[in-house]
Amino acid sequence: MAQAPLQVTGQQPRWEDKISVFDVLSNGAMQFVANVQDYSILAGRSLANLVSGPHYLQDLLDQMDDIGVGSLPIVLLTGFFIGVVMVLQTGSQFTRFGQSALTGDVVAIALVRELGPTLTGVFVAGRCAAGIASELGSMLVTEQVDAMRAMGTDPSRKLVTPRVLAAILMQPLLTGLADFVGLLGGCAASVFSLRLSAVEFWTRAIDALEFGDLMQGLMKPLAFGFILATVGCYKGLTVRGGTQGVGRATTQAVVISSVLIIIADTFLTKLALFLSDKIF
Amino acid sequence: MASAPFIPLNGSPAIEFDSVHIGFGEGEILSGLSFRVMPQETLILLGETGTGKTLSLKLAAGLLKANAGSIKVLGKDIGAMSERELLHFRREIGFVFQEGALFDSMTVADNVAYRLLEDHADPDEIEPNVREVLRFVELEHAVDFIPSELSGGMRRRVSIARALITRPPIVLYDSPTAGLDPVTSQTIITLILRLRDIYGVTALLATHRLQDGFALANFHFEKASNRVVPNSKNRAAIHAATRFLVLRDGKIYFEGAPEELAASTDSYLRRFLV
Repeated sequence: MAQAPLQVTGQQPRWEDKISVFDVLSNGAMQFVANVQDYSILAGRSLANLVSGPHYLQDLLDQMDDIGVGSLPIVLLTGFFIGVVMVLQTGSQFTRFGQSALTGDVVAIALVRELGPTLTGVFVAGRCAAGIASELGSMLVTEQVDAMRAMGTDPSRKLVTPRVLAAILMQPLLTGLADFVGLLGGCAASVFSLRLSAVEFWTRAIDALEFGDLMQGLMKPLAFGFILATVGCYKGLTVRGGTQGVGRATTQAVVISSVLIIIADTFLTKLALFLSDKIF
Repeated sequence: MASAPFIPLNGSPAIEFDSVHIGFGEGEILSGLSFRVMPQETLILLGETGTGKTLSLKLAAGLLKANAGSIKVLGKDIGAMSERELLHFRREIGFVFQEGALFDSMTVADNVAYRLLEDHADPDEIEPNVREVLRFVELEHAVDFIPSELSGGMRRRVSIARALITRPPIVLYDSPTAGLDPVTSQTIITLILRLRDIYGVTALLATHRLQDGFALANFHFEKASNRVVPNSKNRAAIHAATRFLVLRDGKIYFEGAPEELAASTDSYLRRFLV
């Protein structure tokens, strides 16, 4: 089987005249394993490239601008209204027990630990994984990736590593901002809906947060940034079927990265809780 | 064009395929392909769509690895080279892709200067070099254009300029005239002739247009008059060799001089001649 870097190395199923269920399942399993292998190689290489040159600083800055600054409006807007909704939903329950002051605690913990990182991850994945997959996919089908290789440039260094590093660096910053504006939204909702004072909301929110919560809330985005960028790059660089394939890859990049972020969140939460018990 | 010479080649083959096999999924596309391209020679790979012409070029550039067999370029076994070594080695090969494959977010100048920028060349040297190769392809005025503002023929010419910026001794052309009108095709062929006849560039050219091959075989670029002229009989004897290699079903169906191809009575070959 012919192989080339950044191309799917997995064997295509050989469809025989008579196809049994077993054949379909085994071919599907083989394809899945081959895809996971290719993805792992690409993801590993994207980080290994950091150790040795050449490095593409300008590409990194461009990607940080695109992923970080470009995602700000969507992250800030959604973060604010998630904070508002959190207060509206939890506040009505707390009010029934005369504990509306606890709203600040709940909103702060839920936002910083869970909703901020995860929702920011999913929103940025929706925007950036799709963008990365379509951009790299278009480059692949128009032979720009091959042209790059033909001119002595390693596409994994020039295209993949800057995107992955930019996403890893930007995701915690975006999450921090999403948490902050989420708390602002929660504060606004508490003041106007629950008639709490802003000082009381912020005091309780800040007191409720511990160092472990912040660590958890800012460590998860590192993994989410890595996932969304590597999935986007992988789907983009393994496009098949021309422009139709680019469309498929874009959709798949969003779906797969969003699902992986949620799955990774489960394990990271468990790990973070374990570590906070042991360390913090 | 360039004041600096193209890298000279010694007498050994510039490109040598030996029993090369490659395939994807079902079946092989190339089954034991063997040929040689000597320095300053132009080998025209002719064949129908899907016969492995582009694949052969990509194999020669090390963009794909063969399943079996060996490929030597400039005397080096590229199958034994790592991707990192290949990335460096490919700077000695110019590759003109079928649709140009220009970086669509960069200007023409940045596309052409790409290799020099990657090498962190002195900015004072980059601009004159870029203008020189763009002048060679008669597109100096398009230096600040972006690829979407160019016509199909202009893109190919920029692609040729990009391939030439490092003065490679070998240039691989993938269907350089495909989809172009006859006048624009002639412009591209003239460029290829100029490169061959003025700078002695070795070329492997994939095409399904026989007329391109015969144009390269029967004409040469005369520097003194700065135009393309037909080969005289004597001139043809001393001129850079042009050979045809017709691929069919993953194998060589015909290999020989243009006159032999033109005189062939084989029904399959006649299909290209009609």
